Amino acid sequence: MTPAAFAAFLARRLMKAAGVVLGVVIVAFFVVRLAPGDPASVIAGQSGAADAQFMEQLRRQFGLDQPLPVQLWLYVKGVATLDFGVSHRVQRTVASLLVERLPATILLTGTAFAFALAAGVALGAIAARRVGTVADSVVTVLALTFYATPIFWVGLIFILVFAVWLGWLPALGMFTVGADLSGLAAVADVARHLLLPALTLGLFYMALYARLTRASMLEVASQDFVRTARAKGMREGPILRRHVLRNAILPVVGFAGVQAGQLVGGSILVETVFSWPGVGRLAFEALLARDYNLLLGVFIVTSAMAVAINLVTDIVVALVDPRIEVEG
Amino acid sequence: MSGFWRRFATNRGAVAGCVVFALVLAMAAFAPWIAPGDPWSMAGPPRTDAFDPEHWLGTDMLGRDVWATIVHGARVSLLVGGGATLAAVLIGVSIGAVAGYLGGVADDLLMRFTEFFQSIPSFILALLIVAIFQPTVGSIVVAVAIVSWPPVARVVRAEFMSLRSREFVQAAVVLGQGTWTIVLRQILPNALSPIVVLSSFMVATAILLEAALSFLGLGDPNVMSWGFMIGSGRSTIRIAWWTSVFPGIALFLTVLSLNLIGEGISDALNPRLHERGAA
Repeated sequence: MTPAAFAAFLARRLMKAAGVVLGVVIVAFFVVRLAPGDPASVIAGQSGAADAQFMEQLRRQFGLDQPLPVQLWLYVKGVATLDFGVSHRVQRTVASLLVERLPATILLTGTAFAFALAAGVALGAIAARRVGTVADSVVTVLALTFYATPIFWVGLIFILVFAVWLGWLPALGMFTVGADLSGLAAVADVARHLLLPALTLGLFYMALYARLTRASMLEVASQDFVRTARAKGMREGPILRRHVLRNAILPVVGFAGVQAGQLVGGSILVETVFSWPGVGRLAFEALLARDYNLLLGVFIVTSAMAVAINLVTDIVVALVDPRIEVEG
Repeated sequence: MSGFWRRFATNRGAVAGCVVFALVLAMAAFAPWIAPGDPWSMAGPPRTDAFDPEHWLGTDMLGRDVWATIVHGARVSLLVGGGATLAAVLIGVSIGAVAGYLGGVADDLLMRFTEFFQSIPSFILALLIVAIFQPTVGSIVVAVAIVSWPPVARVVRAEFMSLRSREFVQAAVVLGQGTWTIVLRQILPNALSPIVVLSSFMVATAILLEAALSFLGLGDPNVMSWGFMIGSGRSTIRIAWWTSVFPGIALFLTVLSLNLIGEGISDALNPRLHERGAA
């Protein structure tokens, strides 16, 4: 792809990403608006924090004395300047809470996404290579199993088996409390805590990507250029690696990018089960306290995260796949 | 059609799925007879071990019989699974049909809208909707439907686009049939099979979503559900594992059975494509 074409592609893609985030802010605005009662009472009412000062502050934040389009504009402008309002529960700005929790979630979802993609493609490739054999059936059964298992339940089973019964790995949190480690020891400590949550979140998507890779590889393998490669006398291994897998992997990565939002959403469940100190756990705490300002902030920020992952995978696919240029 | 049933019946996974799903349906339908009494109330001493002769799946910290909660929990799972799927299919078919039939700007706008819903963390949106509108079976069905329709819209759009230009549709246009008649009587019946396949996968996903919502404490407080039981047993997993484990198995088997049925239908409808797996 020429640099100019790439720049144009990037600009178009960034516009689309910005559009999605704007859409999310508008959806968030209207979800609160559609609930019975005015937003200040919706947000304050159920939280039992309906003191006059807080209500006044909410009314100002949402600009409730203004007409609806102005209110929407105020809300979008606030979010654009990272002003998500105040969390009444902890009396801090939502933005500061999100910033504090975001790194843990990025670490968890990033690890889970990378694991799911790598393991899913590998399993799918093995199944497609040995289609109809025992290995294929094993992969199919594994994929069916993890695809049907609720991830929060998998997390509990992992805690039960690996933390409670076997005692191999820590069950909760991100660090060993009071250990005060530094350097490599601290990294190893986080990695040990990360293993179970990342596996829990990743297994479901691994199953999905394995099925997609298998289907995609079988489809590519039936195309003419593969038959040509075979007719040339190329061996089966290189054909699969260089011709089939290379072509089959792109739609899988593209699909995984679109699905990133689901994976990020799943982190709420996993972080809740493992007490992982990220944005998802924050959402659960917000839910318990009926802290809607915070919940809205989580919705917007996790959507932005999903959009960012989607953007990165699209760029990777565009760079790897020469056909994108032709398609425009 | 008889070819369809013959192919479906030779698919062992699909038949097993049908058997399991029929059992779950029976459990939901006859819950008051299979496990009489209120599943919420104390049925025995708290924290009875699993495989106890009186309570064969044990009791939880409040003495609720785990087996009874599973039997009664099947009801809300199936209700939300079926209700939300029905609503999502209605939304998806409407949007997909309009986009695919009209094409052009309408198609462009509607597909952007669909893509938007597909790329955001839909679980968090569902969470937000249920939390703000208060958790009831109704609000859960609405929330699950709102986040589940996009795949239907995409599939229906693709079907409509390809069917629209086919000869039998053009013949109907020439005969002077109205747009509604063409869409509902000519195109839609021919687009049904992918919708049916997708629906059975969607019921499974909707059941998982409902369970996830109840797990986080957003279930309807008046109905027993599997997600609620898994969630309530979470903090005591070290001393009463059966409270969370068995409802999870029920959930797993139900979802698995629906996925197997969906695949069976898909394979039986497209015998040549059957090695391709589900889209």
